[in-house]
Amino acid sequence: MALPYYVSPEQMMQDRAEYAKKGIAKGRSIIAMEYSDGVLFVADNPSASLFKISEIYDSIAFSGAGRYSEFENLRKAGIQHADVKGMMYSREDVTARSLANGYSQILGTLFSQEMKPYEVELLLAQVGETPERNELYRISFDGSIVDERKFTAIGGRSETILALLRKEIPQTCPSLKEALTLCQHAFEQGADPRSNLEGLEVAILDRTRIGRRFRRVPTLEATQILA
Amino acid sequence: MNSENVSLPNFSADPCSSFYQYLTSQRPDLLPMARWENSLPQPGPTDPSLMSTRHLPWPHGTTVLAFTYDNGVLIAGDRRATEGFQIAANRMEKVFQTDGFSAMAIAGAAGPCVEMAKLFRIELEHYEKLDGQPLTCEGKANRLGHMVKANFPMVLHGLVVIPLFVGYDHKREIGRLFKYDITGGRYEDTDFHAVGSGGKDARSTLKEYFRKNLPEDAAVKVALRALLNAADEDVGTGGPDLVRRIFPTVKLVDSRGVRDVDDTQLATVCAALVNEKQET
Repeated sequence: MALPYYVSPEQMMQDRAEYAKKGIAKGRSIIAMEYSDGVLFVADNPSASLFKISEIYDSIAFSGAGRYSEFENLRKAGIQHADVKGMMYSREDVTARSLANGYSQILGTLFSQEMKPYEVELLLAQVGETPERNELYRISFDGSIVDERKFTAIGGRSETILALLRKEIPQTCPSLKEALTLCQHAFEQGADPRSNLEGLEVAILDRTRIGRRFRRVPTLEATQILA
Repeated sequence: MNSENVSLPNFSADPCSSFYQYLTSQRPDLLPMARWENSLPQPGPTDPSLMSTRHLPWPHGTTVLAFTYDNGVLIAGDRRATEGFQIAANRMEKVFQTDGFSAMAIAGAAGPCVEMAKLFRIELEHYEKLDGQPLTCEGKANRLGHMVKANFPMVLHGLVVIPLFVGYDHKREIGRLFKYDITGGRYEDTDFHAVGSGGKDARSTLKEYFRKNLPEDAAVKVALRALLNAADEDVGTGGPDLVRRIFPTVKLVDSRGVRDVDDTQLATVCAALVNEKQET
């Protein structure tokens, strides 16, 4: 009987991580940023119908970078989990923290046990009753979670974009207009110099709304906000 | 070539956009309808006591009505729930907003009714989130029909749920109204309908006072008049309680969305109707 080739666990994990990173590097970036009335999501997405940002529950939004089919599955699983939980307990009991934990478990298991890891990076945000209670989570292909404040970014050019935002972010919480301007500049400088509002997908989690806080911001409205 | 071995990729393996279907396949324990199905005695077809729903010890929702008016469609219901000859609740809500442009009202056994409304709301929201766009008005009405149909085994145990569904159709730019029978049959009505123990009395009032394209204020008045008359005739229907300030629920569904008629307006109209009755 032929023995299988020996590959050290370190080598195997490293290979998988490299594979996943390569896949994510091809993906376009998404920024989430806290603003005075909630959380703003901006995605570099030329398609007007295939969304990268979506609603999970009343005050929770989701966004994925990397392989579409994979983060789409994770998005659907998240919505199902949230709806079942909200029905079993109450709508307030559905939290981004527990969803982030769930995603971390799924991605962690897939990364260590499957042949091919998921080539995705996820961004999960929950708008709180007060700005201090907002939650932003970034979840990587290997299941690691980072709890962020003020802003975060995922996708291929996220490092460049994060570096740019760190320099420009004001001390106080920006208004929607300021936040959108910051994000647009970050995309212009960090990702694509030709990026304009048409190529951006914008959505907000608006604290002032009742019930479902998630709302898409069409290009026309985004232009008006920036004007 | 062996054609028997060729199989097409299966779309249904994809997670379905229906929350109800998801629960049926993954979490049947959470379904409101099928829960006690196996634990209740099976009723014989000749046992009239089990088929009768009038004196069962479950609270029953009573008069709900809906009709079209010039901007859209109005839906209203009284607030009383009864348990045999006792009043179980006098502030019960029987009219529910189900999404941004639709609402439903229910008559029947209170517990399953409220659960169906809650599940239907999640169903519509779930579809909208998974699919990225809301169902059409027709699609929503059909979906509710499926849920009523799934409740049929419970009907045999007296747990009847009869909804009325209203929605604004953006394509046709009209308000639409759907009624259902216990088997899930779905019928569209262009004018008005009322169900529940006082439904017949409400319908006869609506037959007298309903006109096509009533303005909003007049429509609210007709709705309250029909509920008041139903309360006069039917013990299960609660009239407006001017002392404790409990008024029927009235919701308006139009191109701008779903709105509640506020208590101040309801109080004024109710007082006017009661005065009218005193004068005659």
